[in-house]
Amino acid sequence: MTTKTEQALIQKAFQERMDEDELLNCMRCGFCLPSCPTYIESGQQEAQSPRGRIALMKAVVDGLIEPDEDVERTLSLCLGCRACESVCPSGVRYGHLLEEARDIIAQHKKMPLPVRLIRKFVFAGLFPHQERMRKATALLGWYQRSGLQTLVRKTGLLRLLPASFRQMERVLPDVPTAKEMKNRPHRLTPDGAVKKRVAFFAGCLMDTMFLATNDATLRLLQLAGCEVIIPPSQGCCGALHGHGGEKEMAKELAKRNIAAFEQLDVDYIVTNAGGCGAFLLEYDHLLKDDPQWRERAAVFTAKIKDISEVLVELGFHQLPLRVAPQTVTYQDSCHLRNVMKTATAPRRLLQAIEGVDFREMQDADRCCGSAGIYNLMEPEMSMQILDHKMDMAKQTKATTIVTANPGCLLQMKLGIEREGLAENVRAVHIVDFLLEAAEGAQAEKEGTHLRQTS
Amino acid sequence: MGERVGPLIPNEAKKRLIQVVGAENYDDTKAGRLVYSYDATPQFQSLPDAVIAPRNTKEVAEIAKICNEYRIPIVPRGSGTNLCAGTCPVEGGIVLLFNHMNRILEIDEENLTATVQPGVVTLDLAKAVEEKGLFYPPDPGSMKISTIGGNISENSGGLRGLKYGVTRDYVLGLEVVLANGDVVRTGGKLAKDVAGYDLTRLFVGSEGTLGIVTEATLKLIPMPETKQTMLALYQDLEAAARSVSKIIANKIIPATLEFLDQPTLEVVEDFARIGLPTNVKAVLLIEQDGPKEVVERDMKKMADICRAEQAVSVQLAGSEEEAEALRTARRAALSALARLKPTTILEDATVPRSEIAKMVKAINEIAEKYQLKICTFGHAGDGNLHPTCPTDARNREEMERVERAFEEIFAKAIELGGTITGEHGVGVMKAPYLEWKLGPAGIAAMKAVKQALDPNNIMNPGKVFAKSTRKRVVVTR
Ligand SMILES: Cc1cc2nc3c(=O)[nH]c(=O)nc-3n(C[C@H](O)[C@H](O)[C@H](O)COP(=O)(O)OP(=O)(O)OC[C@H]3O[C@@H](n4cnc5c(N)ncnc54)[C@H](O)[C@@H]3O)c2cc1C
Ligand code: SF4
Ligand code: SF4
Repeated sequence: MTTKTEQALIQKAFQERMDEDELLNCMRCGFCLPSCPTYIESGQQEAQSPRGRIALMKAVVDGLIEPDEDVERTLSLCLGCRACESVCPSGVRYGHLLEEARDIIAQHKKMPLPVRLIRKFVFAGLFPHQERMRKATALLGWYQRSGLQTLVRKTGLLRLLPASFRQMERVLPDVPTAKEMKNRPHRLTPDGAVKKRVAFFAGCLMDTMFLATNDATLRLLQLAGCEVIIPPSQGCCGALHGHGGEKEMAKELAKRNIAAFEQLDVDYIVTNAGGCGAFLLEYDHLLKDDPQWRERAAVFTAKIKDISEVLVELGFHQLPLRVAPQTVTYQDSCHLRNVMKTATAPRRLLQAIEGVDFREMQDADRCCGSAGIYNLMEPEMSMQILDHKMDMAKQTKATTIVTANPGCLLQMKLGIEREGLAENVRAVHIVDFLLEAAEGAQAEKEGTHLRQTS
Repeated sequence: MGERVGPLIPNEAKKRLIQVVGAENYDDTKAGRLVYSYDATPQFQSLPDAVIAPRNTKEVAEIAKICNEYRIPIVPRGSGTNLCAGTCPVEGGIVLLFNHMNRILEIDEENLTATVQPGVVTLDLAKAVEEKGLFYPPDPGSMKISTIGGNISENSGGLRGLKYGVTRDYVLGLEVVLANGDVVRTGGKLAKDVAGYDLTRLFVGSEGTLGIVTEATLKLIPMPETKQTMLALYQDLEAAARSVSKIIANKIIPATLEFLDQPTLEVVEDFARIGLPTNVKAVLLIEQDGPKEVVERDMKKMADICRAEQAVSVQLAGSEEEAEALRTARRAALSALARLKPTTILEDATVPRSEIAKMVKAINEIAEKYQLKICTFGHAGDGNLHPTCPTDARNREEMERVERAFEEIFAKAIELGGTITGEHGVGVMKAPYLEWKLGPAGIAAMKAVKQALDPNNIMNPGKVFAKSTRKRVVVTR
């Protein structure tokens, strides 16, 4: 419940902060509607469409409506996938509008104490601190390895958790140990001549829970001829904060990252998670009101590039690549596709692998319902969207579903579990799959067996 | 949700309506109403009192009965992509949605018909029939989202209008719920039927003012064997327009003959990024379909005509993907123009195609006279132009100039033997001009029909017939 006073404050902040030109740019043509997953899954409700959400934001600014719980509801049901932006002929930057609106609401609404505590713990206590992320991951590792996980699952203790968390628990990857997370090199030299000098954005979750994928990324960059620098002072990208209504914190994280990378003389800053990459790419927008940082941010964002783009540019797909024969499909990461505009590079890479029978699934570019922590916050809609996705994936008969973002990867694993396909189908990050293919080709040359990442 | 009842819906009526459709299909929350207070028409907004989503014809009939009894206006709504404020509930009442009524009921391959519910999206139908080797030609620029119910009620045209006609030419039969709740069926699958007045045609293009379309039987044709697409570039606007007349005069009817001027090209390219030329003054997008030899012969002839009219280049699309990219780009023209300025005023003047060059010239002169940027694109082949003015509604002074300029444009269209709207309908936008076109006797005849079918004026009131004779293009709220 938002009280009347809170509503008044939110309304005032809307009037002060929302970009009026951007709101007016929407000419209400409705071209975005068929691309919006929540519009489709809600049974074509205008309030769950981009056009409807923009109209509501504008109505709040115009004073036609109070930001009541129905308005809040439509904004919180938005996945933030930004598929609407890619198809909007008028070029409305919906994502920026949504981010601002959510920030205003989060800042002015008094949330219940437990929610506030959890938010504070996640946003301020955990994600910005890499050593704490490591400890948390290590704890998870201990849970997985000590036998506790088996015990908990057997005793049914998990039933105490909400269903959405329970499901997530099942698909979390086997995480690295504390020791494995410690020794990260700061500089790597390529195999052979230096074609490009790049910096690697390691991320927070990617560098703890998904450490193996980060290691694989570095290996691929070396194989492709990159000298790689991994500045140690970098940290969490802040996407979770930015999308979750904690813009100020996101700005602090952005500054830390810009400072960490700006002294480096590199061609690109490489990312391997669509969600992070897209957020980094918009640091200049995030810091647009900060004259000191705006310029520095622009220099930073100009160098951001997804790993698959870098690999294609360096001709990685022309190297020998091989996996055991399998049918593969690709699930786009929304932010990689809609914000970073990377869609063909991953497909080119996959199609270049010997043994891959690539089949495009219908609506591959539609959000899988993961969307940051959306699947935990809005489990019902999220699962509805996921079920549709799995139907499409099943139609391709793929045994490997490739993704390019940790959230999507977990969501796909969850989908596979839910459909009872775990025996035959796996979900894998594109980077892990590419390394598998590179090593596969190498192994074949040496007459050894093919390895498969799980 | 709450006890909120709009001023037009007494509690009693609300209860009965909910009994019919169920509480989950009746929404009178403020947010729920607000998102149905607008359509694609700039500047208009008015709140309905409730939004209702019926599941079948029977429910629609019940709703009509209740509304008729309580004099509650009904505004049927497809996807709200119309450009004449046709779905703005200017007098309040209920907005009727067809979300649940969006099934393709039958594709009859023997009779070449499709029977659909009104909420079916046009592109979905086109794809479904294509899978069976059939063709539903009407293709409004908004086909990706607009509904068959909306198309029928606006009698929408599209990129293929020149050769294949408009929606009207494909509607064989309708099921319509009248204002009093009676259900009428008109026409059917028959190719020939002259039993009585042609009510089908009466309802097509009636903009939801005569009844509610709940089912439609549509004509399909066999898929043309092949098709080709080309782009002709010009450094002279009027030369492009002249080519259009020449092509027709040479007895060629291309499937598509679209016109885009330079400012339009620029914004479209900015959106689509498919390598459209932006350094020319105008382009024609030309398409022909049919048997292979015919297509090749026609394309060659048209290319020759364009060259003779000083086209600087004529390029054939290399592949179907390339052709589709061109079509998609053309369809996005209107929304892409919205990139230029916050408010986009789009018009819909139509002239006989022999007068296209004169009309294009006049539009440019008028734009210059009022110091406005007016971009022009449209279905040149059927004489239907969309002069569009990117402006800013907050700039009152400029808005007045826009209003005067468009009045002159309309006057010019009528002077050249044209009309005030070729496909976007009358709605609220064009109501003040309708009499220019029809004369008092024409208006009286239309009013008589309206009175007979909807004596209490509950069906989409405030549309088509102007309340006053004040001429307005750019009405605010
Ligand atoms: C970018 C863009 C491009 C466009 N291009 C074209 C074009 O090329 N050609 C063209 O002709 N138009 C075009 N239009 C206009 C518009 O898309 C068409 O008028 C379309 O047919 C409207 O369909 P809709 O489903 O959105 O109907 P709506 O806008 O929802 O409704 C249109 C009218 O139909 C009535 N109506 C809707 N459903 C029913 C029903 N079941 N029973 C009775 N009445 C009903 C409504 O009351 C309203 O008066 C374009 C619009 C946009 C935004
Ligand atoms: S496509 Fe763009 S302009 Fe059209 S309704 Fe959606 S956001 Fe608005
Ligand atoms: S961001 Fe995604 S879910 Fe949100 S309105 Fe846009 S398309 Fe819909």
